[in-house]
Amino acid sequence: MKQADQSRLPLYAFVVFSVVMCALPAEAHLNSTGMGPFYDGLIHFLLSPEDIVPVLALALLAGLRGANYGRRALFTLPVAWFLGGLAGLSASSANPRPFVAAAWFLLLGGLLAADAKISLRMTTALAALLGVYHGYLNGTGMGQFETAAVALLGLVFAVFVLIALAAAFVVRLRANWARIAVRVAGSWIAASGLLMLGWAVRTR
Amino acid sequence: MNSPRHSPLVRAMTLTVFVLLCAQAAFAHPQKGEAVGFLTGFRHPISGLDHVLAMVAVGLWGAQLGSPAIWVLPVAFPMVMAFGGMLGLMGVPLPGIEYGIALSAILLGAAVMFEVRPPLGVAAALVGFFAIFHGHAHGTELPPGQSALLYSMGFVIATGCLHALGIGIGTVHRWAWGQKALRVAGALVAAGGAFFMWKAVA
Repeated sequence: MKQADQSRLPLYAFVVFSVVMCALPAEAHLNSTGMGPFYDGLIHFLLSPEDIVPVLALALLAGLRGANYGRRALFTLPVAWFLGGLAGLSASSANPRPFVAAAWFLLLGGLLAADAKISLRMTTALAALLGVYHGYLNGTGMGQFETAAVALLGLVFAVFVLIALAAAFVVRLRANWARIAVRVAGSWIAASGLLMLGWAVRTR
Repeated sequence: MNSPRHSPLVRAMTLTVFVLLCAQAAFAHPQKGEAVGFLTGFRHPISGLDHVLAMVAVGLWGAQLGSPAIWVLPVAFPMVMAFGGMLGLMGVPLPGIEYGIALSAILLGAAVMFEVRPPLGVAAALVGFFAIFHGHAHGTELPPGQSALLYSMGFVIATGCLHALGIGIGTVHRWAWGQKALRVAGALVAAGGAFFMWKAVA
């Protein structure tokens, strides 16, 4: 009996070895949550500071300007992000530009720090541009997956939730010091953008 | 009792199978240095006492001067400091950096000690001028292989936290004893700056 077990062991080992060698392709872009592509997309956004910070800056900026601005950004940004992502799905590879990322930080952080009195139309344009650009970059990385569109939906959902929470939080701020604290956060974002710009020049 | 004996090949295959079963999915997306970028950046401004003294002094002075200086100065410093850091990263030379940093602690400490109240523009210009030296020093010392974004954010947030610490301490200014304590703190900052100036000259 023992001899029979012993003789089967190489067979079992070979079978398991073969199964292991048939590994799935490495997920080079999305972080796998194990809960499906929707949550993979969602968690991808939440783990990407280069995506979160500009969205947060836009949300705070829109919130400072008022509820109308917040609502406009709330619906424009996710839609633009989704459309940009769909366009990116058909692209072959992503080519993120460090200068553009730094410029977004500088622009949105600077506007926030200055409490710039931008128009509703300008807020919409900023949200649309930001959404299309970042959505496109996200989409190009996801294009290799069959479930990319679902992951993109999860990502856009995260964008929607973040901008809704952040803008709503700022809209209800009345105390002067609280609004100043939001502007200070903007100055930090702009300062980070300046450093990123220097870094981009250094590593070019 | 006979124990089953397996050939070395079988043992090697079994071991290989178990090792392969422990494999993790490859995540190629996090960029190089992302794991430590924020912490390295955060640690940088607080790693040198000369930087810490000047940045806390900015908060102390802002608290002494009251609104709007209490928030204008801590906003001006990180912005201009980041500009100095950008110059340092680009390789633009700036002479006398160590002297500038030491002088910043001396002058800002003296401003707190004597409770100097210049116009807001003058105070912001003074703070901004010295911020360039601090930023440039950090910019030229940045270690390679870090995530630019997270390093920058950690760097700026740490600077802001040091200002906030100064502002927090400066809130004692509302009491008479607190005003005296702040002046003493300013004197200590100036003395620290004098020490670093002596070290830079020696």
